[in-house]
Amino acid sequence: MASSTPETGKAAGQSRRFGIPGRYLVISAPYVWLLLFFLAPFAIVFNISFSSAIIAQPPYTALFDWSTGLIPQIRGTLSGYGFLLSDELYAVAYLNSIKIALVSTMLCLMIGYPMAYGIARAPAARRNTLLMLVILPFWTSFLIRVYAWIGILKNNGVLNNALISLGLIDEPLPMMHNAFSVYVGIVYSYLPFMILPLYANLAKMDESLLEAAADLGCRPWKAFLFITLPLSFPGIIAGSMLVFIPAVGEFVIPALLGGPDTLMIGKVLWNEFFHNRDWPVASAVAIAMLVLLVAPIVIFQHYQAREDDN
Amino acid sequence: MVNKSSWFAPKEVPYICIENVTKRFGGFVAVDNVSLEIHRGELFSLLGPSGCGKTTLLRMLAGLETPSEGRILVDGQDTTNIPPYDRPVNMMFQSYALFPHMTVEKNVAFGLRQDNMPPHDIDARAKEMLELVQLMNFAKRKPAQLSGGQRQRVALARSLAKYPKLLLLDEPLAALDKKLREQTQFELMNIQEKTGVTFIVVTHDQEEAMTLSTRIAVMNDGVIRQVGTPSEVYEFPNTRYVADFVGSINLFEGDVTDSPDTEHVTIRSEEVAVEFKLDAFVELPIGAKVAVAIRPEKIAISKDKPEQEENICRGKVDEIAYQGSLSIYQVELPGGKLVRVTAPNLTRTAERPIDWDEEVWLCWGRHAGVVLSD
Repeated sequence: MASSTPETGKAAGQSRRFGIPGRYLVISAPYVWLLLFFLAPFAIVFNISFSSAIIAQPPYTALFDWSTGLIPQIRGTLSGYGFLLSDELYAVAYLNSIKIALVSTMLCLMIGYPMAYGIARAPAARRNTLLMLVILPFWTSFLIRVYAWIGILKNNGVLNNALISLGLIDEPLPMMHNAFSVYVGIVYSYLPFMILPLYANLAKMDESLLEAAADLGCRPWKAFLFITLPLSFPGIIAGSMLVFIPAVGEFVIPALLGGPDTLMIGKVLWNEFFHNRDWPVASAVAIAMLVLLVAPIVIFQHYQAREDDN
Repeated sequence: MVNKSSWFAPKEVPYICIENVTKRFGGFVAVDNVSLEIHRGELFSLLGPSGCGKTTLLRMLAGLETPSEGRILVDGQDTTNIPPYDRPVNMMFQSYALFPHMTVEKNVAFGLRQDNMPPHDIDARAKEMLELVQLMNFAKRKPAQLSGGQRQRVALARSLAKYPKLLLLDEPLAALDKKLREQTQFELMNIQEKTGVTFIVVTHDQEEAMTLSTRIAVMNDGVIRQVGTPSEVYEFPNTRYVADFVGSINLFEGDVTDSPDTEHVTIRSEEVAVEFKLDAFVELPIGAKVAVAIRPEKIAISKDKPEQEENICRGKVDEIAYQGSLSIYQVELPGGKLVRVTAPNLTRTAERPIDWDEEVWLCWGRHAGVVLSD
């Protein structure tokens, strides 16, 4: 033991000497990735949102006019954003998106918490199998799974046919192209994102805390309320953010399962880009959505940082 | 052997009665038909190596495990099937199990709040407990902001706050470093004396058990091997296991060669070619296989031949461990057996009074050894 210490000391010194560029290389890789594929597209979209639509290729005016000399003239306009305020369609779509995302998050939490708790408290041998079952749907394409719900929920779908053949209903229940189908789709698709962070949080909770609570006269349900629930708060926040943020901008699920009364901002964005070919307004919609989502992301970061401290 | 301890009061009804308790986990018997009686105000230790069932026994007292067989009475009340949250028993966990999201104050008050005590009384009692463990200035801190010793005291205050009839302590000092552990031992004893609560301590550290306890139960393989005061367990171990586990000891295998009356016995050990003449009562016939157990400090070591005729042998110093206040000598007897002897370093000298490879004499008195038959 004693003889190996100087050797390891030397090795550590060496790795430090050569380590500095290597370490920066490793750290910078994800930053370069984010810079290239997140920040640069964002800058482009941000740029487009201030330009005007024209019938051309590309279908928007350049923000900087270089023809005047070395100092470019900025020809930005806020008309894209102004348009968002002028037509209440956008406000309705935003509010609707947030409402659907919020309700879906609550539903995911209500279904996901007991599941995560059950997995975390299951015997260690069975835990991995249960986790595997949660992750298993990811092995099939997301799109196919959403399409499968059409087959289940439509008027002559699996569910309605089963209920009719059982004699429970005479008319098929309207379960497609309405809020119900959108909620089913979102809750189903995002449930693993609620379960996994909650599981990670609940699994590392020290069970002796619950024993101590019981020992101090606390009944099991109160122990859950006073000990488990507050300690799992960071997990609840993490899971809720992972469901809420992508659910707000969800496009595929409302497009496939939704109807006229479930207009979400993702669908509006798609229409602006591909049907109206109004890139500036579409970009303004995207930027506005991002700004709306920054607040929950900041809250998420705050709690994650707090959990890391503990 | 007659039990002379002050805790032996046959007329008094024991406060805690553990009656034939067995706990099985699947096919594994963790606690095997254990019966114990503990009196009010005792500081009782369950001592044993890890896996001996002492913690399982403690958890059954707390209600965190249910006995497979037998019952547990606390103050005359059968608590065997009472859930932990309805027991007049509190436990201090080895990991302390402090609630990380609550302040020290809230942790201590947690148990009181479960009893729907008026808020004013809760505050007063929590303050009293924090004063008892000298943590008044830390009331608003979270457990993560405390040192190990402070956390230990919060755990103690929290478990004592509800005036438990019995306090269970699972390795209360194991997480502390040696210096702090010694200091905390005395604090723990003071607090026990001040509050008068009956303590049951689980520990694997025999020194800790000896220092703290009024009585010790030595456990092994789910069975209690011996119950007695620290000095009884140390000076009169009843089995080889207890003799060996509590402190260090020299065991000499031999057979009884003479037992003229109930107070004298002669044992011949072929292993070391020594005859032991002891003042001990052995209920065994001549020729029975026994072991003589002698503690290292009961053997005298000298360079000159001592003036006694019996209980004496020669040896050669094999190893010396100088420990400041005393030295431990490992002496090799003619037959090759190594004997451990400790001697206090009475004079202040840099030279060793006895050196390596020196021929020495070992001798012991007629009361030094214990005769063990199993």
